[in-house]
Amino acid sequence: MTSVSMTVNGRSVSKEVEGRTLLVDFLRNDMRLTGTHVGCDTSQCGACVVHVDGRAVKACAMFAIEADGAEVGTIEGQANADGSLNVIQQAFQDHHGLQCGFCTPGMVMSTVALLKDNPKPTEAEVRDYLEGNLCRCTGYHNIVKAIMAASGQDVSSIAAE
Amino acid sequence: MPKDSGIGASSKRREDVRFLTGAGNYTDDINIYGQTYVHFLRADVAHATINAIDTSAAAAMPGVLQVFTGADFEPVGGIPCGWQVTDRHGEPMQEPKHPVIAHGKIRHVGEIVAAVVAESLAEARDAAEEIELNLTELSAVVDMKDAAAGGTKVHDDLTSNVCYDWGFVEENKGAVDEAIKNAAHVTTLELVNNRLVANPMEPRVAVGEYSRADDMHTLHTTSQNPHVIRLLMGAFVLSIPEHKLRVVAPDVGGGFGTKIFHYAEEAFCTFAAKAVNRPVKWTSTRSEAFMSDAHGRDHVTKIELALDADNNFTALRTETYANMGAYLSTFASSVPTWLHGTLMAGNYKTPNIYVNVKAVFTNTVPVDAYRGAGRPEATFQIERVIDMAARELGVDPIALRRQNFVTEFPYATPVAVEYDIGDYEATMAKLEEIADIGGFAARRAESEARGKMRGLGVNCYIEACGIAPSNLVGQLGARAGLYDAATVRVNATGSISVMVGAHSHGQGHETSFPQVISEMIGIPEDQIDIVHGDTSKIPFGMGTYGSRSLAVCGSAMVRAAEKVIDKAKKIAAHLLEASDADIELKDGQFSVAGTDKSVAWGDVTLAAYVPHNYPLEDIEPGLEETAFYDPANFTYPAGAYACEVEVDPETGKVTIERFAAADDFGNVINPMIVSGQVHGGIAQGIGQALMENCSYDENGQLISGSYMDYTMPRADDLPFYDVDHSCQTPCTHNPLGVKGCGEAGAIGSPPSVVNAVIDALQSGGKDVTHIDMPLTPTRVWDAMNNA
Amino acid sequence: MYAFEIERPSTIADAVAALQAEDAQALSGGQTLIPTLKARLAMPSALISLSGIGEMQGLCMSDDGALCIGGGTTHATVASEAAAHYPALAAMASHIGDPAVRNRGTIGGSLANNDPSACYPAGALGSGATIITNAREIAADDFFDGMFTTVLDEGELITEVRLPIPQAANYQKFVQPASRFALVGVFVAKYADGVRVAVTGASEEGVFRWSEAEAALSADFSASALDGLSVPADGMIADLHGSAAYRAHLVGVMTGRAVAAAS
Repeated sequence: MTSVSMTVNGRSVSKEVEGRTLLVDFLRNDMRLTGTHVGCDTSQCGACVVHVDGRAVKACAMFAIEADGAEVGTIEGQANADGSLNVIQQAFQDHHGLQCGFCTPGMVMSTVALLKDNPKPTEAEVRDYLEGNLCRCTGYHNIVKAIMAASGQDVSSIAAE
Repeated sequence: MPKDSGIGASSKRREDVRFLTGAGNYTDDINIYGQTYVHFLRADVAHATINAIDTSAAAAMPGVLQVFTGADFEPVGGIPCGWQVTDRHGEPMQEPKHPVIAHGKIRHVGEIVAAVVAESLAEARDAAEEIELNLTELSAVVDMKDAAAGGTKVHDDLTSNVCYDWGFVEENKGAVDEAIKNAAHVTTLELVNNRLVANPMEPRVAVGEYSRADDMHTLHTTSQNPHVIRLLMGAFVLSIPEHKLRVVAPDVGGGFGTKIFHYAEEAFCTFAAKAVNRPVKWTSTRSEAFMSDAHGRDHVTKIELALDADNNFTALRTETYANMGAYLSTFASSVPTWLHGTLMAGNYKTPNIYVNVKAVFTNTVPVDAYRGAGRPEATFQIERVIDMAARELGVDPIALRRQNFVTEFPYATPVAVEYDIGDYEATMAKLEEIADIGGFAARRAESEARGKMRGLGVNCYIEACGIAPSNLVGQLGARAGLYDAATVRVNATGSISVMVGAHSHGQGHETSFPQVISEMIGIPEDQIDIVHGDTSKIPFGMGTYGSRSLAVCGSAMVRAAEKVIDKAKKIAAHLLEASDADIELKDGQFSVAGTDKSVAWGDVTLAAYVPHNYPLEDIEPGLEETAFYDPANFTYPAGAYACEVEVDPETGKVTIERFAAADDFGNVINPMIVSGQVHGGIAQGIGQALMENCSYDENGQLISGSYMDYTMPRADDLPFYDVDHSCQTPCTHNPLGVKGCGEAGAIGSPPSVVNAVIDALQSGGKDVTHIDMPLTPTRVWDAMNNA
Repeated sequence: MYAFEIERPSTIADAVAALQAEDAQALSGGQTLIPTLKARLAMPSALISLSGIGEMQGLCMSDDGALCIGGGTTHATVASEAAAHYPALAAMASHIGDPAVRNRGTIGGSLANNDPSACYPAGALGSGATIITNAREIAADDFFDGMFTTVLDEGELITEVRLPIPQAANYQKFVQPASRFALVGVFVAKYADGVRVAVTGASEEGVFRWSEAEAALSADFSASALDGLSVPADGMIADLHGSAAYRAHLVGVMTGRAVAAAS
C-alpha cells in the first residue's frame, strides 16, 4: 500500500492505496464519489472522464498513485456553490441532452474541458471533441445542441426539440 | 403557443438534476456492509464436454468464501423461456434446459463455468485462475444453415438444432404460392439482418442479499422489469415465494431490451448470498457484457414480393433463419415469430402473405429482443424488397409505396393483426416536406461536383407496440399476462405518489407520467412523484419494453386516477352539500356546476385523511386507488423516414448527410422526450446499417468482443436529425390515445440508409443492387469493385 | 489486474535504475498498457511511472533545426506546441485517440509499443526521426522491428525524439471505425533530399516505407506521380474491418491525399 494525497473537488484527501488502484476506483470506492462511471474496459466510452489538474482524463486509464499531489475534479464538484446546476449542466437539462444519465457525467466533464479550450465551438468541433464519449440513448443530437447552447450560441435553428 | 405543463408540454426532466450532479443511484453504486464479490470463470471455447472441474486450489486461495460449479445448481431450475411457440405441425418448440452454471457441457464462449465468491474482486479473480478445467473440446456450430442441416448438435437431448419451424399463416401458404406463380413481376432478395449487441452504457450489475432473520432475499439488479425478474427467478429457478423475494432496479443506465431478460448472474447472486450468508456483488465488465448480454437480430432471409401488371402488391413470401444462440433467453422465441411475422404486411394492403421462420440453436450467446425486436427485421425486408422492386420496374419508390398503402381503418391484415388507425399518406407527405425531397437533385449535383456519389433512400414502417393484450398473447404462447398496473396514492395535503409497474431507464417517466396526472387533476406537476423499480413498493406490473410504458402502464395510471377523482368528487359533494353528479374538477378546484361554490383539491384530500366532516357511512377514508390495465389491442405507430448519404468512390466510406423522420405516435405527452427517443433510435438504426456487427469465427470465438472491434456510433458519425411527430392519429383503444415511441427510430431507419447507399452507387454507375449490413467502407468498396 | 507496485522516479537515471528490477515495466501514459493490465495480459512486478520526470517533458528546437520532443510528452502537448514548428506532426497528434487519451498518452509510449495501427510510428518513420534513449540514438529506419516490437532493450527508455522539419508534410488517416486507430495511415514528408512515405495500419509487419512512392514523389511531388503505383495486397492485414486488398488500395488513396494536402 502507498499513501496518496490529492485534492478532490477542492477538498484535501489522503488514503492508502494499492499500486493497481485506478483513479476511478479510488473515487468510487474510497471517496464514495459514484458519479464517475465505468462503461468499458478499453478506455473508450468516456463515462469516467474527470479532470486532473484541469485536464480531462479517463479515470479508468490512470492509477490513483499518479494523481498524487494533483487537483482532481469530478461531476460532484460541478454545480454552483448554491447547489444549482452550472451553465453546462443547465443546458443539458434544457435541451434534453441526457436520457439514462450513465454517460452524462463524462459528457459534462468533457464539455467543461472543451469550452475552456474553445469557448465557441462549431458543430463539427463539438462532434470531433466527443470522439471519446459514447452515448447509446440520445443519438448525440441533443448533446451537441446542449453544448453549443452552453457556449452561448443560438441553437434555435437546430432541428427538433 | 406551446403548453408549459401537463399533456403536450415539453416539461424539463426532473430526473436530470441527479444525473447531472453525479447523484444518480445505479446498481453498481450500491455497496452493502459485509459485501463479497463474485468473479465468473467463463468459457473460452464455444463447445466442450466438461469432464471434471477441480476447485480445491481455488477454494484454498486467500479471501475465498466459496467456489461454485454447475453441480451446485443442479437441484434448482433452469433459466426459463417466457414464450412457447408452436411449429408448423402443431408441435411445441424444442426447449433445452438453460443452467445457471454450465453443467456437463459448455455451449458458448462466455458461458459461466464456475464462480468464485471472495472478500475482494481481485481475490476472486486470482482464485479463479487456480480452477482446473478438464474439457474435451467439440466442434462448434455457428452458421445457422449448417446448424439446421444437422451435424454437430448444440443440445444432445434435442432431436436437432431446430428449435421450431414456424409457418404463418400456414393455411395461407397455398394461396401465397399460387399468387407468386401468377404474378406479373416477382422481386426476390436474400439478405442478412446483422447480429447486434445492445450495449447500454451501463453494464449489468447484480447484488444479492439474504437475511436469515426473516428468510428474506433481496436482489438489486439492472433490470427493465423487476417484477418479471422476481416472477421468473422466484417461481422457476430458485423456488423462492414472492413474499420472500424483493427485486430492486434503481437507476438503470439504458436497457434497449437486453435488460428485460432474467440472467444467470441474477440467480447466482441471489442463491450465493444465502449460501455464504453475505451480500454478493457482480459488476459486469464490458468484455463480459459482449459475451453474456443477450444479443439481438441475426436473421438470414429470402423474401419474394409479387406484383400485378399495375404494380399492386399481390403476395409476399419469406423464409427466415433466426439465431437463438445456445439457449432460449426470456423472450427469444417470440421475437422472430409473433413480433416479426405479424408485421409483415407493413403499411401495405398485400393480400397474401406467408412467413416461414426456422429458429436454430448455435454455439453462440443467446439472442433475444433488442430495440424493435422482430419489427426491425420485418421492416427491413419489406422496405428493401419494395425499393428493389421499384428499381426493377423503373418506377418511383415513393409512388410505389403510396399506391399500395393501407388507407382504410380498421384494417385486418392477412397476418392476424388489426391496425386500429393510421394515416400513412400524411406521414409520407410530411416526410417529403421535412426531408426537402424536392431539393435532393440540387444537393446531389453539389456532391457530384465534389467527386462524391449522393443517394436518397426512403422507407415506411409500422410496428405493434403497447405490448400486449393478454388473452391474445396467451393464445400465441406467452406464458405471462402483459397488462400493467399503477397505484395512485394521494397524500393528506394533496400531493401524489404514483407507484407504477413500468420502469424508467432513460425514458423520463418521472417527468412525463406526472404531466398526465397534473392534466387530469389540475395541480402542479411537482406535486406528483413517480415510484418505480422496487417490487416491495410497486404493484405487480410487467415493466418497460415494446414501447409499452405509457400505452399500457400509463393507461393503468389514468384508470387509477379516474377512480381517485371519482371518490374525491364524492367527498367534495359532501363538503359542498351537493350531488356527486354536479361536481366538476378543474384546475385543482371542485365546484358545483352552475354555482360559485367550490372546494380546493387539498381540502378534499385532507378531508379524506382527517375525516371529521366525512360521509363515513358511504365511503372509506383515505384516497388511494390501484388499477390494472390490459390493452384491447396492440398500438400501431407508423411513419416514413428518409436518409441522404454521400459515398466516397475512392474508399467506400458512407457519410450520413441528412436524416428525416415523420412519425405518427398518436397523442404526445412530452414532445421533447418523444423527439429524444426518436433521435436515439435513429442512431441505433444507423449504427446497424453502417457500423455495428457482432461477428463470430467458425470456431465460435467472438471476434467483435470489445469497442476495439464492435463499432459504436459516435457523435462524429451522425448528423442532426429532422424529426416530426405532428401527424397524429390517436390510438382508438387506450384512454390517452398514445401509441409508443421508444422503438420507432431503430425500426424505421436501417432500410432508408441502405436504400440511400444503393441509390448513391447506382447514380455513380455502379451496378450494385444490395449490400448486407453493416455497410462498412470495406463492404461498400468490395461491392463497387465487384460490380 | 495482478498486484504490482508503482514507483514515480523524478529523473531518467532513477527510472533506468528502477527498471533493472525483475519484471519491472515502464508506465508512460498508460493508455494502452492499463487496458492490457486489466485484461491480465501482463504481469509486471512494478510499474515505473515516467510522468514525473521533468527532463522527458516538452518540446524544443535543436540548433540544426530539428524538433525535439521529450519522450514523456503527451499527444495534447505536441498537438498544441508543435503546431508552429511542424504543423503536420501536430495535426497528426491532434487526432490520436480522443481528447482525454491525448492528455495522457505520450510519444515515447506510442513508439515503444509500436502498435501496427498507431499513428506515431508513421510520423517518426516518415520524418526520418532519431529516437534517443537513455543509452543511444537510433534512426527511425532501424527502430521498428515488426508489430509490437522495436529494437529497444529491456529497461531502455525513449527519452527524446528528434524530427527534422520537412519542407512540406501531411498525414492522412483512414480510421478503423470501431477503435479509431488507423485502418491505414500514411505520413508523407518532403525533404530537400527526397520524399519519405510511411504507412501504418496496413502491414502485418507494422509500419513501413513505401519506397516506390517515395521515388516517384521525389521526382515529382504531386498526387498524379502515384498513378499506376500500388502496394501488393500480400502481407497486408485482413480482418473484419478491411481485406488485404482494401488496405492495399487505401494505401494508394491516402498517399495521394496526403501529397495533395501537404503543406
